[in-house]
Amino acid sequence: MSDALRPHVERWKTEMLARSVEKIPEQADRQVTVSGTPVETLYLPQNVADQAVCEGYLRQTGFPGEYPFTRGVQPTMYRSRFWTMRQYAGFATAEETNERYRFLLEQGQTGLSVAFDLPTQIGYDSDHVLAAGEIGKVGVAIDTLADMEILFDSIPLDNVSTSMTINAPAAVLLAMYIAVGAKQGVSPEKLTGTIQNDVLKEYIARGTYIFPPAPSLRLITDIFAFAARHVPQFNTISVSGYHIREAGSTAAQEIGFTLADGIAYVQAAQAAGLDVDRFAPRVAFFFGAMTDVLEEVAKFRAARRLWARIMRDRFGAKSPRSCMLRFHTQTCGATLTAQQVDNNVVRVTLQALAAVLGGTQSLHTNSRDEALALPTEQAVQIALRTQQIIAHESGVANTVDPLAGSYYVEQLTDRIEAEAEAYIKRIDEMGGMVRAIERCYPQGEIEQSAYRYQQEIERGERTIVGVNRYTTKEDTQPDTLTIGEEATRRQIDRLTRVRAERDEAAVERALDTLEAAARSEDNLMPLILDAVSAYASVGEICDRLRNVFGEYEEQTT
Amino acid sequence: MDGSRTKRILIGKVGLDGHDRGAKFIVRALRNAGYEVIYSGIRRTPEQIVRTAVDEDVDVIGLSLLSGAHNELLARVAELLREEDAGNIVLFAGGTIPDRDIPHLESLGFKWVFTPGAPLSKILSALDEELKEGV
Repeated sequence: MSDALRPHVERWKTEMLARSVEKIPEQADRQVTVSGTPVETLYLPQNVADQAVCEGYLRQTGFPGEYPFTRGVQPTMYRSRFWTMRQYAGFATAEETNERYRFLLEQGQTGLSVAFDLPTQIGYDSDHVLAAGEIGKVGVAIDTLADMEILFDSIPLDNVSTSMTINAPAAVLLAMYIAVGAKQGVSPEKLTGTIQNDVLKEYIARGTYIFPPAPSLRLITDIFAFAARHVPQFNTISVSGYHIREAGSTAAQEIGFTLADGIAYVQAAQAAGLDVDRFAPRVAFFFGAMTDVLEEVAKFRAARRLWARIMRDRFGAKSPRSCMLRFHTQTCGATLTAQQVDNNVVRVTLQALAAVLGGTQSLHTNSRDEALALPTEQAVQIALRTQQIIAHESGVANTVDPLAGSYYVEQLTDRIEAEAEAYIKRIDEMGGMVRAIERCYPQGEIEQSAYRYQQEIERGERTIVGVNRYTTKEDTQPDTLTIGEEATRRQIDRLTRVRAERDEAAVERALDTLEAAARSEDNLMPLILDAVSAYASVGEICDRLRNVFGEYEEQTT
Repeated sequence: MDGSRTKRILIGKVGLDGHDRGAKFIVRALRNAGYEVIYSGIRRTPEQIVRTAVDEDVDVIGLSLLSGAHNELLARVAELLREEDAGNIVLFAGGTIPDRDIPHLESLGFKWVFTPGAPLSKILSALDEELKEGV
């Protein structure tokens, strides 16, 4: 039997698989079906006689752990280690959120994900006039290092990886995390985690921008350069399609706009003189998972392949790690319905399944009550259990990229890649993503897709179970989480106390030095670290930067 | 007020919340239904919303919030409108607002509170009826 693929498979087995298994062995329980039939690590086309077919396979699909990474970024994927189960959580003050984190870790969660409240995300202290009514509502309020110390109390930072959804003030929160590590005796190089740090998508879809694009990109590249030296295991950016999708984009738009944002960051870093293979391995991504399971699987595969090609062909990356698109997934909150909330558990299950079949590195599953409010502890537990059931009981984690070779999934993968590439080309022609944002191009495209989708629901052309079909009369909503006034008072009291107790002269000195450096080209990270260590607040630091950088204003029609 | 002119609606995002998918959809749907619509953009203060409403002489203000800050911020808008003697402007709200908060918002003067899944037809017919009566 002649099989043209054979020598390539043998090479992959000895070069990639053997080495990988040696480092992280495959788990015995993942090598058989529930009926006892053996399951291989990887399934491949059989008896490929034709050389052209073989080359086509290698070019488009290849092997897991290798360029173009269509089948995944690790050779054995979940057979060795499941994705990180990481529930996005944060509310009220650091005390309540710390308690929720400890609950989640006890329940088998494997990583933390911090949700900050809106004032923190936009760089306002809790006593700022614009923070009124918003403190602790969509996440935890963090003003100073004192809050951050409480947030991670009894959680050793050398034992957990932490993702922080923070963008415009990402440098400040990363600095606080480093400072908390130092207080716990954990050196910066041991810290693992991710900061979102993706400001471009804030202009496009999410809205928590502070500064205009140019100084924002400078802050981002400052972080890249600092982290490569001091916190080398931290993902310095999580280029996010999630919010673009949640704003109503299609799958191809999600990938096209997100990778175009990624291109802008790589260009900015190269322009700042950084070597691509030094920072690109720490660039991570974040996507949404909708309920159209197979389209989502194709989307994740297309994203990996397209990014690998961009990194190698456009940016000349040499390291395979620079070409690897590693990503976090969150199930799409906008698909959750306020009607018949238990149905959301099923939606989330399908979305999570898509993420796992698509090869995600970490996953957040939404809670069933999130169309109503922030989730209760019980709802979060079901969401986490959903991941655990997929991992341990469904069998989909037993072999790598199980849907490869499906005519439908492969053709959809090709199509999404081509459509995303066309968006990137269009943005290149406009002069890059910053220009495209100024012209409201991605915003307009997303708005149109969102309008079309919603109209289909309104007209009944698209069925949403429990909303426009199969409706029932419901009289009461389930109990939801409420954030009390008391939390706001406690937060403002603590900030007042910290301000009274800290060395005010040291704070002023640190802030003056930072502001002066912002006017130069110096890396701001070390100075922000000095300021947070002196207990300067998020708002104070951001205000000094506002003095120099100014603020961004949204364009509306 | 001139009853024959096209009715003017301000759709606003108040507070720090950036979730504008619903607001933008409503803006477009109301424009397509023949209303003149002003969209505030995201991250507006209650003061900015009320200023725009008064300056632009709108008939209706619809405010969208998904951040949980509705009780505080919507109360402030209603209070400022009273201070401006603009209590005749019809107020409504939309977003992730739990049922238990709705009576409070209604008592502040919010005529309707549309929550996730509310059909557009319901929003349009509420507005059509209200504004027809006003003619």
